[in-house]
Amino acid sequence: MRRTRAEILSARRVGAYHSLTLVAPEVAERARPGQFVAVQMPEDRDYLLPRHFSIHQASRRGGWAGTLEFCFEPGGKGTTWLANARAHGFLDVTGPLGKGFAYPKRLTNCLLVAEGHGAASLYFLAQELLVREKRVDMVLGAGTMERVFKPIEGKRLSQTNAIMTEDGTLGDRGTVLDALPEMAARCGSEVIYAAGPAPMLEKVAAFCRERRIPAQVVVEERMACGVGLCHSCVVPVARKDGSGYDNLRACVDGPVFNPARVLWDRWMSDVPTMIPTPPEGLPVVRSWPG
Amino acid sequence: MAGVKRSLAVDVGGVLLPTPVMIASGCAGTGRELAGLVDPHKLGAIVSRSVTLAPRKGTPTPRIAESASGIVWSTGLQNPGIEVFVKEELPRLVHTGAPVIVSIAGGTMEEYVRLTSLLQARPGVVAIETQISGRDEELGREVLASRPDRAAEIVGAVARMSMIPVFAKLPLLADVVEVARGCVRAGATGLTLIDALPALGVTASRLRPSLGSVSGWLSGPAIRPVALRAVFDVASAMPDVPILGCGGVRTGEDAVEMMLAGAWAVQVGTATVVDPGAPVNVATGVLAYLKEKGLASPADLRGRLRLPAAPDPEGSW
Repeated sequence: MRRTRAEILSARRVGAYHSLTLVAPEVAERARPGQFVAVQMPEDRDYLLPRHFSIHQASRRGGWAGTLEFCFEPGGKGTTWLANARAHGFLDVTGPLGKGFAYPKRLTNCLLVAEGHGAASLYFLAQELLVREKRVDMVLGAGTMERVFKPIEGKRLSQTNAIMTEDGTLGDRGTVLDALPEMAARCGSEVIYAAGPAPMLEKVAAFCRERRIPAQVVVEERMACGVGLCHSCVVPVARKDGSGYDNLRACVDGPVFNPARVLWDRWMSDVPTMIPTPPEGLPVVRSWPG
Repeated sequence: MAGVKRSLAVDVGGVLLPTPVMIASGCAGTGRELAGLVDPHKLGAIVSRSVTLAPRKGTPTPRIAESASGIVWSTGLQNPGIEVFVKEELPRLVHTGAPVIVSIAGGTMEEYVRLTSLLQARPGVVAIETQISGRDEELGREVLASRPDRAAEIVGAVARMSMIPVFAKLPLLADVVEVARGCVRAGATGLTLIDALPALGVTASRLRPSLGSVSGWLSGPAIRPVALRAVFDVASAMPDVPILGCGGVRTGEDAVEMMLAGAWAVQVGTATVVDPGAPVNVATGVLAYLKEKGLASPADLRGRLRLPAAPDPEGSW
C-alpha cells in the first residue's frame, strides 16, 4: 500500500455517477480487482474521515499507464466535495487497500453480477479474467437507466449479458436477481462474482449456495480508517472449523468475502427505527392525544 | 540555539517515552497493521485496544458516523479476550518496537484484578491504562467511574497489584478533579484525560439512529476544548501527577496546547484513524515548536501557560 499525492487527470460524469482518473503509478501498478483506495478529505473541513472507493480501472500498460480510476455517486459531504474536483487538482490517495478477488484456476465460466456502481470493480475483474482466458458473462442492473454503470463497457467485456432496470428504461424490467437463474443456466456458469448492496448480495449468496456454485462478493460497509486500525467496518463471517463466527474487518480481511460464510442475517439486522411503524391494520394516530 | 540538546523524550511517572505523542486506545489495530503505515520507533507509545477478560464480538454495524469535526462511534470493545491477546496480539504490538501500554476494561472489580494479574511481567508493556467508562455490573450503574470512591476502588485494586505504572483513563464528569484525586490517592501513577464523550447520531432521512448500537461516543477535534479544560483543571489541582492529554489532538500545535494546559504527553486517536501518519506528524510539530521557542524538552511546556494575575474577586468589571 502506498500513500501518494495524485493529480486528477480527468473528472467525468458517467450517468448518475462521477468518475475520477488519477495519475498514481505506485498505486495503479499494485492494484487488483476488488481492492479499494482511500481518498483523504481536505484538512480545513469539518468532515474528517477518508472516503473509500473500489478501484474501477488501474492501467499498468499503454498510453494510460500509471492511472487509476474510481467512481462514486455524490451523496454526503465528502462525495459532494469530490464531485466538484476538477482536472489538474490533487488528491491524497492511499492504496491499494484490502484483499482483491481470487481468480479461478480450473473453472472457466464466470458470471459477474452487479447492481449500480458495484459494476465498477467487476469490469476491472472482467479484464483480468479475460487475460486469463476465462469466459465472462454479466448481469447488470439498477433502478433506472442512468444508474446502470457504463452498460456499453459491460457489453464489450462480456460474452453474453443481461441488463435489468426496475423501471424498464434500459434492458428488461426487473432486478438482477430475476435474470440470474436463467443467465447462470444458459452460460453454464461455474463461478459467480457479485458486487452491490447487501440485500442483493444476500440473495445472490442464497442462489449460489442452492446451486453449489462457488462465489465471491465485494461488500459495502461504512469504513473509517480503511487500514484495519479501528474495527468499524466489521462483517460477521463464520469460522472455517464451524465453531462460531468472527467480526472480520472489511478493510483488511475483505472487502471480498466468500458469501457462503457471511452471516447475512446477523450482518444486516437493521438498526432499530426510532419511531416504530404501527402494525398493519391498526389505525395510525396522526396527532397527539388530548 | 547551538549547544542545546533538544530531545522529545519524556518521563511520564517513571515511564520513559521517546516522544510525548502516543496512539490512543482502539486506534492501533492488532499490531499487524501499523508497521506498514508509520515508523513505530517514532511513536511515544502504543495504547492497545481495551482488552476484556472474555472475548467480545462488539456492537452491530454501522459502528461509525461523522458529525461536525468529530466521529460518533461504538465498537463495543471488540477484542479477542485477554488470553488470546497476551498470546497473539501483545507480542506483535511489542515487536513493533514502540513502548506498549495495555488498556483494560471490565464491568466488575474482579475482572480488573484478574486482567491485571494476567498482565504481570510481560516484557515490553510499560504501563496499564484502566478504561473505567463502561457499565458497572456490580453496582448496576451506567458509568463505573461516576463516583470518586468507586473509581478509586477499581483503580486502587489494579494499582496495588500491578508492578508497572497504572494510568486511569477518566470520562468527563462534573467532578473530574474529585475522581482524579480519588484515583491518584488510591495509587494511580497518572491519569488519561479524557475518554470519549457519550453521544448519539441520528439519520433523519431513515428515522434511525446512525449506529447499530444506537448510542455511541464522540471523538475528534470537536471534543478538544473539553479535554483541554479537564486537563487544565486536574493539572491545576495536582501539578505533580502525570497527565496524558487525550481528545481531538491532530496537529503539533494541538499537542503543544494540551501540554501548556498541563499534560505531560498526549494521545492521538481520531487523527490516527483519519491518517495513520498523524502521531509522527504531531511529534514533528512539537519538535518544531520547541525549536522555535528555544526549549529543550516537552517537559518545559508544562506550566508555561501565562495566566492572568490573581483574579479580581469583584469580577472583571
